[in-house]
Amino acid sequence: MTNIAAPPAAGVAVARAERSGDLTPWRLLLRRPTFLAGAAILLFWVACAAFGRSIAPHDPLAQQLLATNSAPSGAHWFGTDQLGRDAFSRVIVGVRDILLISSLATVLGTVLGTALGLIMGYLGGVADILVGRIVEAVLALPLVIVAFLFVVALGPSPLVITIVVGFVFTPLIARTVRSAVLVESQLDYLSSARLLGEKSPYIMAVEILPNVVPTILVEFTVRLGYAIFTVATLSFLGFGVQPPTPDWGSDIAHNYVTLGAGYWWMTLFPALAIASLVIAINLVTDSIEQVLAS
Amino acid sequence: MTTTDAPIGPGPPAGRGEAGPTVQVEHMDVTYRVRGRDRLALRDVSFRIGSRESYGLVGESGSGKSTVALALTRYLPRNGRVSAGAITINGQDLLSLGAGALRELRARTVSMVYQEPGRALNPSIRVGHQVAEVYEIAGAGRHESLERAEAILRKVQIADPAQVMDRYPHQLSGGMAQRAVIAMALAAEPSLLILDEPTTALDATVEAEVLDLVTALREEFDTSVLFISHNLAVIAKMCDRVGVLYAGELIEEGPAREVFDQPRHPYTVGLLRCIPRRGQRKDHGRLDTIPGFLPPAGHSITGCVFAPRCSIVQDRCREAAPPSFQINPAHTSRCYRHEIAPDLPRSTPVDLSLPTPEETAEPIARLVSVSKTFPARGGAIHALAGVNLDLMRGETLGLVGESGSGKTTLARVLLGLTPPDQGASVELDDQPLPADLRRRSRDQLKSIQIVFQNPDSALNRRHTVRRLISRPLSRLAGLSGQRLRERVADLIRSVRMEERHLSLRPNQLSGGLKQRVAIARAFGSGPRLVVCDEPTSALDVSVQAAILNLLADLQAKEKVTYLFISHDLGVVRYLADRIAVLYLGRVMEVGPAETVFAGPHHPYTEALLSAVPSIDGQRPTRIRLKGEIPSAANPPSGCVFHTRCPRKLTSGVCESTEPPLAEVAPGHLMSCHIPIDQLRTLQSNGQAP
Repeated sequence: MTNIAAPPAAGVAVARAERSGDLTPWRLLLRRPTFLAGAAILLFWVACAAFGRSIAPHDPLAQQLLATNSAPSGAHWFGTDQLGRDAFSRVIVGVRDILLISSLATVLGTVLGTALGLIMGYLGGVADILVGRIVEAVLALPLVIVAFLFVVALGPSPLVITIVVGFVFTPLIARTVRSAVLVESQLDYLSSARLLGEKSPYIMAVEILPNVVPTILVEFTVRLGYAIFTVATLSFLGFGVQPPTPDWGSDIAHNYVTLGAGYWWMTLFPALAIASLVIAINLVTDSIEQVLAS
Repeated sequence: MTTTDAPIGPGPPAGRGEAGPTVQVEHMDVTYRVRGRDRLALRDVSFRIGSRESYGLVGESGSGKSTVALALTRYLPRNGRVSAGAITINGQDLLSLGAGALRELRARTVSMVYQEPGRALNPSIRVGHQVAEVYEIAGAGRHESLERAEAILRKVQIADPAQVMDRYPHQLSGGMAQRAVIAMALAAEPSLLILDEPTTALDATVEAEVLDLVTALREEFDTSVLFISHNLAVIAKMCDRVGVLYAGELIEEGPAREVFDQPRHPYTVGLLRCIPRRGQRKDHGRLDTIPGFLPPAGHSITGCVFAPRCSIVQDRCREAAPPSFQINPAHTSRCYRHEIAPDLPRSTPVDLSLPTPEETAEPIARLVSVSKTFPARGGAIHALAGVNLDLMRGETLGLVGESGSGKTTLARVLLGLTPPDQGASVELDDQPLPADLRRRSRDQLKSIQIVFQNPDSALNRRHTVRRLISRPLSRLAGLSGQRLRERVADLIRSVRMEERHLSLRPNQLSGGLKQRVAIARAFGSGPRLVVCDEPTSALDVSVQAAILNLLADLQAKEKVTYLFISHDLGVVRYLADRIAVLYLGRVMEVGPAETVFAGPHHPYTEALLSAVPSIDGQRPTRIRLKGEIPSAANPPSGCVFHTRCPRKLTSGVCESTEPPLAEVAPGHLMSCHIPIDQLRTLQSNGQAP
């Protein structure tokens, strides 16, 4: 038997067996219970934000002066507040502003922070030093206080809060993106691009940016959690969403004085709502980080 | 396994040991559980290491070499286990040891030295205390431990052990750190020393010293050695017997000399043919290659694992895995056709027509008094000092030297990635090139391109192959639309890939294919000068051969000039027409490749050449460099090489005066005070100083 098979041509790419079992990051995420739990809670709140008024059993603004301060019951699951408004409906509807403002603010901060981080990390030199010092100066002050000062100066409105929180987060995100860019700067593909005569904006946007997207994604979700806290805090202090719009922060602010009288539900449920939203985002963040790291 | 002709178990112990084997591995399988699926990493591996024997394991990446080492120390990661077979070390059944006995075994019987000494040492503990700890664990007092640590450090030839003991690991050079690790490994006087690629991260000159040391210590300590390496020459030098691993199977085993001289498995035969040996050069024809790829871990090949890549495969090879055939009492091969394996037909035809560069060739690029100084703490680093170098049209200039000699800086200056110091000039076609890349014209950019060492770093991992190789075309060659698509298709085929690869991203390609994409990218703009910075050192031997062939083919076709940087002298000798030897940023010697290799050569070149182990036995002359390359921040006076030169003149001229780079023969320049005739006599006598 002399069937010497013709060998495949030297070095010609014979199909490498598909890396079976390799799942896309998305499929890996869907396999994680923590992600599913976080995403479910988050989706619930997003649905409330979108369709809150139709979901809510009562009008969140409707005052029932005959049923003020009533404890949770079949008719009012979360009880009613000092003006007899349905606390459950207020929690459901109250998510809209805080979620919208936080998300927009985080998007704003991420976009600006990414741009700054790319410039600092790639161009280095004076740009890096200058922006770096400004960033450090901003970081030296407590974030809430900085936001607070700006909101006081500009007057509270959803737009102002969004912009202020976005700006406050910008340096933080810039710093994270910068360090990711510095890691990329060590790699030869940037030299390779420079040898093709590519200009800096192209190198930053097309060569580096796609490689730091995972870092930005994680940073975005982390900041979103903080943004919710910051917005809730501003509302609590009276500089956020203004009454009578239902809002968790301001509801807590208006009702916590009644805790001493035993009216715990008015404060507890909005507080739990804030906690659940932040925890949901943290669960999602953790899962994304772990999937990207694996 | 269906046994046929002459089935046998592991070969009989062929070691020099009279007592039983130190290590006996029988029919071992190792399984990794990856994402809920079992993947076989080692299959039916059997071997013995006799007492005081040195056993080598060779194989390419992914063959399972390190898994063997981990299994022998029971250090397999949590998802791995020995799923079948038995391991016996010094008569103890390794797999049934309890935690206490296992700790005892690791402390006293088996020691391991890893590839990167820097990672094997604790960075926050002084070297002396780390070494002494081994004795303390063995029960010695603190004072005695330190004394014995000093003694063992002296034994591994660390010059000033008392002083070294006070240092932290980061203050040691790579070679020094590896000596310290070896000292720790030997401190417990183990019966088995496992060395896993111990010199891969070191320079050839340092590697030679460390290997000499291991050889000397093995005699002294009566230790059995398991030496794991991808470098066949190192194994040939260090080992009595050798086992060749392929895709988790031990496919051939026997005395090292015999396996390398008369291999009897097609894979071993192919692997040995991939290496440029015995002064083989590109004009002697192409290197042979091994077609195809290593099967992925957890593959499901029935029959012989090498069958898909074997050119003498038969039907029976695919039906049942071949048993071990006994070629002689010490030599086994897992191949049905082991008798005809040595006559394996070539996979790559020899034919290759190369233009020889004309004698009167014009220089395409010149470096004139190029210096480069990097500012650093406590002075400046002189990476390049007054380098003059011409690159002739169509030639390959090989650039060699230890790490830290300035090879890469030289390339970066030429490319414009690093601006040289004032007064330097880089010329292309007799026109000065702007030092800054951004001021170079499109035509100048187009002319000089590079293939980097590591394609993982050189290719943007988020871009598809199509994007990676079409960008130079659209940007520098000005192509678009249909013509761009056609040229991309041409280009991918010219690096022997297929159009279906265009839509893939780098992480979906093997190392060799990635490097081909990098080559296609470099050639896309139609360059006339391509810098190859260690283009094959991150690749396996079988892949290296294909890449070298490709580079030679492309040069013949495109008539490009190469500046070829490599630490592998065999590879440089194969590809280069001329060679420049760099030391501390200065050219020590430059000349036609054959002249430089044949000698008389500069003492530094001589040292580099004798540091490289050879598969074909040792060279007659062996000179050794002491220590490592001095710091470029503070280069020695006179001839910068005098501190390590084994042939330094006694007159003192070497210390005081820097020798000029003078022509000693037509086209052969050397920077040495020793007259060429005297060098010739010294070197042809094979006289070691």
